[in-house]
Amino acid sequence: MGTTMLLKDEVQMLRRVPLFSNVEPGKLKLLAFTSDRVSYDPGEAIFHQGDTGDAAYVVLAGKADILVDSSTGPIKIAEVETNSIVGEIAILCDVSRTATVQTTTPLEALRIRKEHFLKLLTDFPEITIEIMRVLADRLSHTTSELSEARSRARKTD
Amino acid sequence: MEKNIARYIWTHTKGQQLWILLVVAVSMIPYFLSFDLPKQIVNGPIQGEGFDQPGATQLFMNISFDLPWLGTVTLFDGVELTRMQTLFALSMVFLLLVIINGLFKFYINTYKGRLGERLLRRIRFELVDRILRFPPSQFKRMKGAEVSSMVKDEVEPLGGFTGDAFVQPALLGGQALTALFFIFMQNTWLGVIAAVMVGVQAVIIPRMRRRLLVLGRERQITARELAGRVSEIVDGIGTIHAYDTSNYERADIASRLGRIFKIRYDLYQWKFLVKFINNFLAQLTPFLFYCIGGYLALQGRLDIGQLIAVISAYKDLPGPLKDLIDWDQTRQDVQVKYVQVVEQFSVDRTIDPSIQAVAIKDAGSIKHPLAAVNLSLADDSGAKLLERVSVQIRPGETVAIVGGAAGGGEMLAEAFARLTWPESGKVTAGGDDLLELPESVTGRAISYVSSDAYFFYGTLRDNLLYGLKHAPLQDAVYEGSGAAHRKWQINEARLAGNPDYDVNSDWIDYTAANATNRDDLFAPVLSVLDTVQLSKDILDLALRSIVSPNEHPGLAEGIVEMRHALRDELEEAGLSSLVVSFEPGAYNTEATVGENLLFGTATGPALIGKAIGKNAYFRSVIGRSGLDRIMFDMGYSIAENAVELFSDLPPDHPFFQQLTFMTADDIPEYQLLLQKLKGKGFDAASEDDRGQIIRLSFRYIEPRHRFGLLTDELMAKIVDVRRQFHEGLPEEMRGDIERYDPEHYQASASLMDNILFGRISHKHTDGSKRIRSIVSSLLNSLGLLERVIDIGLDFNLGAGGKRLTAVQRQKLNLARALVRRSDYYIFNRPLPGLDHRLQDEIVRDVLKLVRRDGRDPAIVWVLSNTALSSLFDRVLVFDRGLLVEEGTPAALAENNGIFKELVSS
Repeated sequence: MGTTMLLKDEVQMLRRVPLFSNVEPGKLKLLAFTSDRVSYDPGEAIFHQGDTGDAAYVVLAGKADILVDSSTGPIKIAEVETNSIVGEIAILCDVSRTATVQTTTPLEALRIRKEHFLKLLTDFPEITIEIMRVLADRLSHTTSELSEARSRARKTD
Repeated sequence: MEKNIARYIWTHTKGQQLWILLVVAVSMIPYFLSFDLPKQIVNGPIQGEGFDQPGATQLFMNISFDLPWLGTVTLFDGVELTRMQTLFALSMVFLLLVIINGLFKFYINTYKGRLGERLLRRIRFELVDRILRFPPSQFKRMKGAEVSSMVKDEVEPLGGFTGDAFVQPALLGGQALTALFFIFMQNTWLGVIAAVMVGVQAVIIPRMRRRLLVLGRERQITARELAGRVSEIVDGIGTIHAYDTSNYERADIASRLGRIFKIRYDLYQWKFLVKFINNFLAQLTPFLFYCIGGYLALQGRLDIGQLIAVISAYKDLPGPLKDLIDWDQTRQDVQVKYVQVVEQFSVDRTIDPSIQAVAIKDAGSIKHPLAAVNLSLADDSGAKLLERVSVQIRPGETVAIVGGAAGGGEMLAEAFARLTWPESGKVTAGGDDLLELPESVTGRAISYVSSDAYFFYGTLRDNLLYGLKHAPLQDAVYEGSGAAHRKWQINEARLAGNPDYDVNSDWIDYTAANATNRDDLFAPVLSVLDTVQLSKDILDLALRSIVSPNEHPGLAEGIVEMRHALRDELEEAGLSSLVVSFEPGAYNTEATVGENLLFGTATGPALIGKAIGKNAYFRSVIGRSGLDRIMFDMGYSIAENAVELFSDLPPDHPFFQQLTFMTADDIPEYQLLLQKLKGKGFDAASEDDRGQIIRLSFRYIEPRHRFGLLTDELMAKIVDVRRQFHEGLPEEMRGDIERYDPEHYQASASLMDNILFGRISHKHTDGSKRIRSIVSSLLNSLGLLERVIDIGLDFNLGAGGKRLTAVQRQKLNLARALVRRSDYYIFNRPLPGLDHRLQDEIVRDVLKLVRRDGRDPAIVWVLSNTALSSLFDRVLVFDRGLLVEEGTPAALAENNGIFKELVSS
């Protein structure tokens, strides 16, 4: 069975995820073991905007689009790369999914259930700090984009 | 109900009581004859009295009477018998009398027992009948368990007492009087002494018993309250856990038990004190005889022979007297219990029996408007819930009732359902007061649903069709012994004043459910289940259940056929990877190693659970092929991995959910085992250790656990060993395993497993959801849906329907009413637990459903979601018990009234 990815391969892949790069391999193996391995066909939605969030996903292979509903239909706001994490906001803030994630290629992911993810954060401060770093990074991105958009809007006025 | 137990018993059993008295009187004759006979045998043939000469004979069985005026009447001359012959003849007569006495006793006891049991049946039925006729307000003050303990336990002693109620005092009184009479005959003065002492006993003892009666009453009430509290604990267990009040409950129960103990102990003390005094008084009489009688005899004023005769006659007095006093004690006890129960069941304003009379024929419908006339309703405290409301619901009209939480609309709906009785004014149908119409009219023409659903212990089907069971419409057919038994049932029921309706008859009113008989009931039922969106839940229940193919002939074949259809369907949808099927010659990667090896469900004791590790045949098969070594190594790796992953985690860590082959407690055990076996391998391991390790590999699923332990060669080997295992399976083990067979139904697996005949792949997160919807549409297209839903309807709801979720219960409650054809449907916020979208859908569908086939019933719907009122012809707006607005939804929306406020909020 060559297609089955094994735990040790997953650990290798998880190490490449920036979020987990500082976590010791033993813990990563545990994380991999307690997560579900899921695969998606191209064009399949991993989750929909408005769903209740019950899990976060670590993309091991493949790509996906992040889409947000608007009056004119879905707008693509970003792309999910291999080795990144998606869906963590909904389980951290207890809100429904803020966007739809739809695959563009065949995609392999680890599905970390909400209660496991939260347990992970309390057990391993290094992961928590890393998550904070990722979120802060995104926030600064968003802030700079917002200020850019505002200055642009002012210019067009 | 009659307050006096003796009168109650006499009214219902006087004929039998007189008969048994007569029988008892007759039975006295052989009884007394048998007393005299031993003396005759000893004195006559044994000691030789009257047989002075050898060869002397005596007349045996001479029956003659000396009657006044007629002289001697001889019925039988008798026969001359010798001494030996007389001995045998008299002994035979003795034996005969023993048998006759025994038979009399047997007859009397059975007769009395039957008498008591019939009366018990009568009174129990009467009590339950009264419960069925209590006014609704009564139930706010009653605890179910207390009432049931009254019906079940508290009237129980009545049965035992009934047979003795009149016979015992007559018999014992007679015996006591006879003994007293004998004493009088011997000596008047001593007779007077005995009579006075009896009189003293008769006065003092009942007086002392008064306290006993008070205690007895307390004992009864406290025991009943205990029953009520125990059932409260059972019903309120959720609340108790939620608020950590279990110790408060413990304290309450302990203090109640303490009180009961005290009462019972007091009772014992008094009882034995009374007994002591009673015995003392009984013994005082002989003391007086000895003392005074002896004194008189010594003085020469009394003949010694007389004194001895009196004393010997007295020994017959205390026995019956004591029994009589005991009987009186029982009588008072039973009387107290009876009065206690009867008081609880004496309620004003019970429903007249004629209103609940059974109506076999269609009782007719309500073609007139349903109207509240000047109706006021109040709660228990007297607070007005509805004030002088007059409103009319015309046939065929749809009316929405809206308003705030205590607006009064719900109360009006309850009044239409006869659940709340008017304080003043009335509810009428045509010109008749609704409360005076027979329930066979109101209970069929009006269907009422509220959120407060009650379900009876039984299947979903029983509860769904409950509202159709008004009368035994089609008698059950009995043959042979069954018919005889039915005849007996009817006869006995009548003798105990019970109705003789047959619970085995077909009570379901198919016409009212839009069907003609059992066979075409499914279509209307399914449309109702679809309307309330319950059919999917029922389908799921069915798919999860294990079904015996013998009970559902033809279903198994259909399911097996469906396996292929499902394959094709999945293939067509490009989802063939969703389910990995079991194939006899291939390894199923989504199933455990154990499942792959056995390729079947263990059903017998030889292979179930841990037994398989000890089974000699199984071990020989895996030993021969060398698989045991491989599985040992595999298990060893699994243990290593598990220990490495989990040994640092606390046992309650949520990650342990993922560890399917071990529990948290096993981890340290395996840690030790691994140390012990390190570097030793299979051969050095003990039998038990091998078993422990191999066990782990049984539960291993590669795509799930991902330790990388299965190679293609190993999988091929497992499939090969599987083949060997099944080929060589000894005859006696054939019944211990049910093999996976693509062409056969598996009786030990659930319906869903049988349809899938494989495992859902772990790769797809929503795999089981997708499969479910494909399966359901496939069942429909293959015509199997009806049979499968039918299995779902067999689901047992448990006590009060607790095995369903709250939402399912509300849906079922609504479905139960929609199954019935009624002229009026009253829906009183029936679906509060559902979200607005679902409520919206169901309300629309219900309005459509009840108008199917050109029917035109009226609908009154108390809405929790005011926005839905646009679906109705007319809206009634209630506020603080008053009907404040009324009109079409459009007209009301124009007004700047409460309705507009409600809709916009």
